[in-house]
Amino acid sequence: MTLTTEAPAALRSTDLGARTVRRSRRVRDGIATGLIFASVLGAVVPLAFVVGYVVREGAQVIDLHFLIDAVPISSRRSGPGMGPAIVGTIVITGAAALMAIPLGILAAIYLAEYGKGKRLTPVIRFLSDVMAGVPSIVMGLFVYTIWVLRYGQTAFAGALALGALMLPIVIRSSEAMLRLVPSDLREASYALGARRSRTIITVVLPAALPGVVSGCLLAVARAAGETAPLLFTIGAARSFNTYLLQGTNTALSTQIFRNAQLPFAGPQERAWGAALTLIFLVLLLTVVARAVSARFTVR
Amino acid sequence: MTTASSFRPAKPARADRAFRAVTLVSGLTVLVVLVLIVVSTTREAMPAFREEGLGFLTSDRWAPNVDAFGALPFIYGTLTISAIALLIAVPVSIGIALFLSEVAPRWLRRPVSYAVDLLAAVPSVVFGLWGLLVLAPALTGVYGSISRATDGVPVVGTLFGPPVNGKSYFTAGIVLAMMISPIITSLVREVFDTVPRAQKEAALALGATRWEMIRQAVFPHSRAGMVGAVMLGLGRAMGETIAAALVIGSSPQITARLFGAGDAMAAVIANQFGEAGGTHRSALIGLGVVLFGVTVLVNVAAQTVVRRLSAVESGR
Repeated sequence: MTLTTEAPAALRSTDLGARTVRRSRRVRDGIATGLIFASVLGAVVPLAFVVGYVVREGAQVIDLHFLIDAVPISSRRSGPGMGPAIVGTIVITGAAALMAIPLGILAAIYLAEYGKGKRLTPVIRFLSDVMAGVPSIVMGLFVYTIWVLRYGQTAFAGALALGALMLPIVIRSSEAMLRLVPSDLREASYALGARRSRTIITVVLPAALPGVVSGCLLAVARAAGETAPLLFTIGAARSFNTYLLQGTNTALSTQIFRNAQLPFAGPQERAWGAALTLIFLVLLLTVVARAVSARFTVR
Repeated sequence: MTTASSFRPAKPARADRAFRAVTLVSGLTVLVVLVLIVVSTTREAMPAFREEGLGFLTSDRWAPNVDAFGALPFIYGTLTISAIALLIAVPVSIGIALFLSEVAPRWLRRPVSYAVDLLAAVPSVVFGLWGLLVLAPALTGVYGSISRATDGVPVVGTLFGPPVNGKSYFTAGIVLAMMISPIITSLVREVFDTVPRAQKEAALALGATRWEMIRQAVFPHSRAGMVGAVMLGLGRAMGETIAAALVIGSSPQITARLFGAGDAMAAVIANQFGEAGGTHRSALIGLGVVLFGVTVLVNVAAQTVVRRLSAVESGR
């Protein structure tokens, strides 16, 4: 691919060269190339700034106590920790994943396997695109109105909101992966006498599994970093709470949001530490997702 | 192409039908959730809607202490910061996409696209934290100099009026731009990659420079896809909450001064909901309803554009 597109470039510089390509055109080409390079720098440099800053500030704060101690009673106080928030993020995101991933994969199976030619299929597909575009804060308000008003702020309420955010992502990525499975496999399975559901569960799903897993992990990674859906659904606990349905909870993202706004050094330090922890968690999930899909994509 | 084609399996057994029903029900949850979102948020927002009437959308006075709830400053703020974000993010994203699909040597493509993905993976609250504690203070001086340089110039002088502190529409726009450019980049790049190689090579063979090739072969082919990508970016920018909430300055006013503090729909919900009660809370939920409506409209429009594009392509 590169060979064919670059051959004319080589020609240009030798045969046709400076004489035939008018100078203004060459200058314009040069400016365009320069702007393209500048835009890459424009994205990479700020990224380096953000990540670099978070790592620098966060690394000064994070130690064992930061990771396992409870949040100080007084927000002004400096010192560790973020333990409850780390546990909260894992519990809430995990519960959301447990709800959204099975539901999303089943819905994807309907769209990719059963729904062909059905009038309902494009409707569901369209609605899941709509749902993917719902702002995360609206998901938070939604769960507040249907759940928190009745049952109070709990980890489960946060999980509902995150699950609602993950669901459309899981559906669309899983459907795309199921569609990649060649129909020969299905036909071979039918030829052996397997029924449709058995074929889907034992043949199609395993064949698509790496892609499905990778898509789900990316959805989890995105949910783990979300703040807005958790602000009014989980409350602001300072101590450990591993119960899903009981008592308020806390999460890394909401801790960052609240601590960042306090004009004291202590909470701001904790915010940087929490930010580094959160980035680490999210990146870990993203990298694992990539590795899974890279490792198993043979076809 | 995907399903069983001519090989229909034997008559479905009960277990088979049950599984099918389960998948169908799972698919329908999307519909159920969307309906629930609309119904339950609208119901909770009704007290505010009833009290303010159409004034909820047209009044520019937001004063919870005297029960005045006009959402116009927030609608204005959301549109303003989204516009700033798009003005910055669209050219940069198209540039990166061109770099990845046309310009970059092979060995550079992978690291750069990884970096862009990394940018997409950073949680928005981290951007907000950085924007609030690092970017905003750093920009105060920059805003000051720009403001002094443009002082007295009509229009521009007003737009770039003196800053209060670094927290402003413009700072929010910059942070949002950083957050939406990965999405726009990856969508635009996908479109660029569908440009037929023959067309690009034909342009080059006729003696076009690379830029002329891009303008004459790549852009015309990708126009609809680029519009769709930009609109999806707009939808994302309008719904983005946390980063904007931290750096916009939280001041419910309508001003043309981009370096001044403002507020936006999603941001005000995040900042005020915790302390709000009664009609105030209802009005904030009402803002959520408006935000939901607007983002859904933008996203649906974007998808229509993209779908039309793919229909055109498959027709070829």
